[in-house]
Amino acid sequence: MRETRGFKIYRAVVLFVLGLFVLIPLYVMATSSLKPLKDVQGAFTWWPSNLTLAPFVDMWKTVPLARYFVNSTIVSVVATVFSVAIAILAAFAVSRFRFRGRTVFTTTVLSTQMFPGVLFLLPLFLIFVNINNSIGVQLVGTRLGLIITYLTFSLPFSIWMLAGYFDSIPRELDEAALVDGCGPMGALGRVVLPAARPGVIAVAIYSFMTAWGEVLFASVMTTEANRTLSVGLRQYSTQTNVYWNQIMAAALVVSIPVVIGFLLAQRHFVAGVTAGAVK
Amino acid sequence: MSVATQDAPAAAEPAKRKRAPEHRPGLSRWLPYLLLAPAVLLELLIHIIPMLVGIWMSFVKLTKFFIANWSAAPWAGLGNYKVAIDFDNAVGEGLLKSFGVTIAFSLITVAASWILGMAAAVALQPTFRGRSIVRTLFLVPYALPAYAGILTWNFMLQRDTGFVNHVLVDNLGLTSNRPFWLIGGNALTSLIVVATWKLWTFAFLTLMAGLQSIPRDLYEAASVDGAGNIRQWRNITLPSLRPVNLVLVLVLFLWTFSDFNTPYVLFGTAQPPAGDLITFHIYNASFLTWNFGTGAAMSVLLLIFLMIVTGIYLFVTGRRSRRA
Amino acid sequence: MRLRSLVAAAAVTALGISLAACGGSDSGDSSGDSSGGDQTLTYWASNQGTSLDNDKEVLTPVLNKFTQETGIKVNLEVIGWNDLQTRIQTAITSGQAPDVVNIGNTWAASLQATDAFLPFDNDAMTAIGGKDKFVPTALATGGKEGTDPTSVPLYGLAYGLYYNKAMFAAAGVQPPKTWEEMVAAAQKLTVPAKKQYGMAIAAGSYTENVHFAFINAAQNGADWFDKDGKPTFTGDGNVQGVLRYLDLMQKDKVANPSNAQYDNGTKSVNDFATKKVAMIINQNNADSSIVANGMKSSEYGVVPFPAPQGAANQTASHVAGINLSVFKNTKHKDAALKFVKYMTDEGTQTTLGKPFASLPVLKDAKPVFTDNAEEAATFSDIYNTKSKPLPLVPAEDQFESTVGKAMNAMFAKIATGGTVTADDVKAALKTAEDQVAASS
Repeated sequence: MRETRGFKIYRAVVLFVLGLFVLIPLYVMATSSLKPLKDVQGAFTWWPSNLTLAPFVDMWKTVPLARYFVNSTIVSVVATVFSVAIAILAAFAVSRFRFRGRTVFTTTVLSTQMFPGVLFLLPLFLIFVNINNSIGVQLVGTRLGLIITYLTFSLPFSIWMLAGYFDSIPRELDEAALVDGCGPMGALGRVVLPAARPGVIAVAIYSFMTAWGEVLFASVMTTEANRTLSVGLRQYSTQTNVYWNQIMAAALVVSIPVVIGFLLAQRHFVAGVTAGAVK
Repeated sequence: MSVATQDAPAAAEPAKRKRAPEHRPGLSRWLPYLLLAPAVLLELLIHIIPMLVGIWMSFVKLTKFFIANWSAAPWAGLGNYKVAIDFDNAVGEGLLKSFGVTIAFSLITVAASWILGMAAAVALQPTFRGRSIVRTLFLVPYALPAYAGILTWNFMLQRDTGFVNHVLVDNLGLTSNRPFWLIGGNALTSLIVVATWKLWTFAFLTLMAGLQSIPRDLYEAASVDGAGNIRQWRNITLPSLRPVNLVLVLVLFLWTFSDFNTPYVLFGTAQPPAGDLITFHIYNASFLTWNFGTGAAMSVLLLIFLMIVTGIYLFVTGRRSRRA
Repeated sequence: MRLRSLVAAAAVTALGISLAACGGSDSGDSSGDSSGGDQTLTYWASNQGTSLDNDKEVLTPVLNKFTQETGIKVNLEVIGWNDLQTRIQTAITSGQAPDVVNIGNTWAASLQATDAFLPFDNDAMTAIGGKDKFVPTALATGGKEGTDPTSVPLYGLAYGLYYNKAMFAAAGVQPPKTWEEMVAAAQKLTVPAKKQYGMAIAAGSYTENVHFAFINAAQNGADWFDKDGKPTFTGDGNVQGVLRYLDLMQKDKVANPSNAQYDNGTKSVNDFATKKVAMIINQNNADSSIVANGMKSSEYGVVPFPAPQGAANQTASHVAGINLSVFKNTKHKDAALKFVKYMTDEGTQTTLGKPFASLPVLKDAKPVFTDNAEEAATFSDIYNTKSKPLPLVPAEDQFESTVGKAMNAMFAKIATGGTVTADDVKAALKTAEDQVAASS
């Protein structure tokens, strides 16, 4: 594509408009977190007339934010690690083996993407309770229950993306590894995975964001012990007040680590999505 | 910034994928099943079995009188479905309206997200100073946890204290009457804007990644032939992105159609009729009125609809690409 | 490469061993499976204070005292109103429930219908101190009429009309005794140029709206359900009652159209406390928010929410508040009843009355939620003599959501410039009635 004058104008317009679209909510979030509650409840002002850092202090007290943050982090990270691992195994099977039931597996897994969450929320809860009653593994009100649920949510799309990615890695490479005396798992570990690293990272980010932002199941399956941020942030709106400035401050603080992590990984993510999506 | 596509020469080789995957025949037969086992077990536990229970629920009169003891709930046959699709009745009418709102919402949101994503991806195609900074910035809405971003929008869309009206009315003076954004007819607009804000970044990422893999010499050849930028986009970019677009559009559609977070966080318990998306509608039908049987029947109808749409979509697009 | 080995290790775990191996989870506060000797009750409390944390701070010493007296430990979880109903529903569904739970008292009859809660029969009632200790109208909210209630009152609340004394004096108006006086005062105090309105109403909150549908209809002598529990939403008294309330924004224009977006009571309370409006109709727990927002308790007065002149009935509030229920499947029935007795005895009521701004649910007990004697007397009078329970039928929850949401939509229509006529109200209530009928 040539950089004509017209293209440069086009680019400037697009970047300006979309830049505003993206930045404005972030700006509002940042400035509102620096206002006292009274000012936030009043008319909007571009700049805080009374700057305060109090919301950043109070937010830890109004809601046990630190605990929710730890819960969310543990749940999302563990769910991601297992989701990716399980997806790698399944995708490897789908991509490299021919076996009976392969089509059934891929179509079924993909179709679970269409299941409306509201439909299986209650049954799932019931199943968890029954598991608890019969074999004593506590799944409701624990991080384990959330981890298992969330890792399954991202599994279908992850398998599909990774299988596409593995397909694009020349088979001759694994065969070379097999000739060298590795088993098929050796080929996966030594050849396929390293080549597919960008795809793996892309899937990991996707899984993490799925778990990190989930609201519906969290609102039912969490108790004080395992409550995650998505539900926790809502508690800034209480019987007597809606602490908008603290919501903004909290949203900002919990997002920063994620945004940083995300941006560090984005180079790989870009490459990963290409390969998966092209299938 | 060079993106590491050389690791995997992906896009250029669709033909290769058509070849059935195979491994050396000597491998043990059980290995693939073993590899699939964890995924299958989890899918069964979290998706399939609850789903079957959900389908069973849709045939049972599961109201507040029976939820403490499901086995006592009377069989309803198709009763729940009849209520859900009797459009002369208040419940069926509500579902139909919600369905209409959801179709409008997802079509517009998918289109808007795709257009914005494409516009940005094309703008960022040639390298320029600051490209990586802009790209980084554009990724932020996807990296923010969903509820944080949506809550901020809720705050901005308040009538008296919100940012949007402050700009439109106080700063620009476009209208003297402060519009409402979270109730009345504008609620759908707000919903679309917020959902697009979350989603366009994903489209942008995917399309940008797709653009990286289009060989540069195609453009050079076209330039030599005297094709302008717009023609190059139409004749080279669009066709090359076809496989990406096929999947992207489907995924975006499925996500928006069953979007729960956006209306749930944006409107809370005060959701307006114009923002009554279907999953939220079903959630209310189940949990607010304690009628889990009817709620389940509505969900099953939604599932059937999505499967049909996906099936038709895959069939039509599949046939066209085979012909091409 | 660390990432790879991490993933590889996870893969091996996933493949080789069962998933439980990832363990690492804290055990949640599980309910009743502890052994008989060491009694621990699980108690779900609702959010009454300024934050969940505040609730915990208030309740913890109270619960500790209970443990000292009886040796029974209490495992407390405070749950926000956003989540409480869903949590109770899943608890009922699964049987994995706490022993004792707070419920909004308007849900009592609906929850009773699930058969998941312990009926307070004679024995149980005696165990908690006898039914005579409660205010009769408060106890009446415990369940369907003529049945053993499945909940008993814990915190009492009632609506009152709060007015700003200084603004009233400046405009030369008296506290209203009738609906007409209230509207006239509000019109005098509405000065759109100063962004001042006579009243603020939580017109975007379906629960608030439905309460006013109920109270206004009650003033017209109209009921929402007949003797058989069938909805009668479209009666003339119901339609006119709803329309009268809508007209505060539509015809009388004494409420800011923005109120249509007020999706909970706190926003109108803020407007009142910051003196943007002269009146609000709110439950008495507004006190703590008003004071928290900088208004002194001497700056406002309270009168009963007035009925129109010549009204059939002087109902000024529904019997609002929080009830306490015991799950039927509790393994610690006696301990749970002891706990209910403790929470509803005079000492505890007095301790909690102030921080949660609640009215005592006990006969002859003195309200302590405010140091303003006049206000305390007014609210006691409203609670004890001018309030009526919301319909005590299983479909009450559906009445709340369908009628309340219909009113949200009508307020939205008015706020955005539309008109709502009596026929429109009737049609909307007809839809709500159909919805209730279809799902019962």
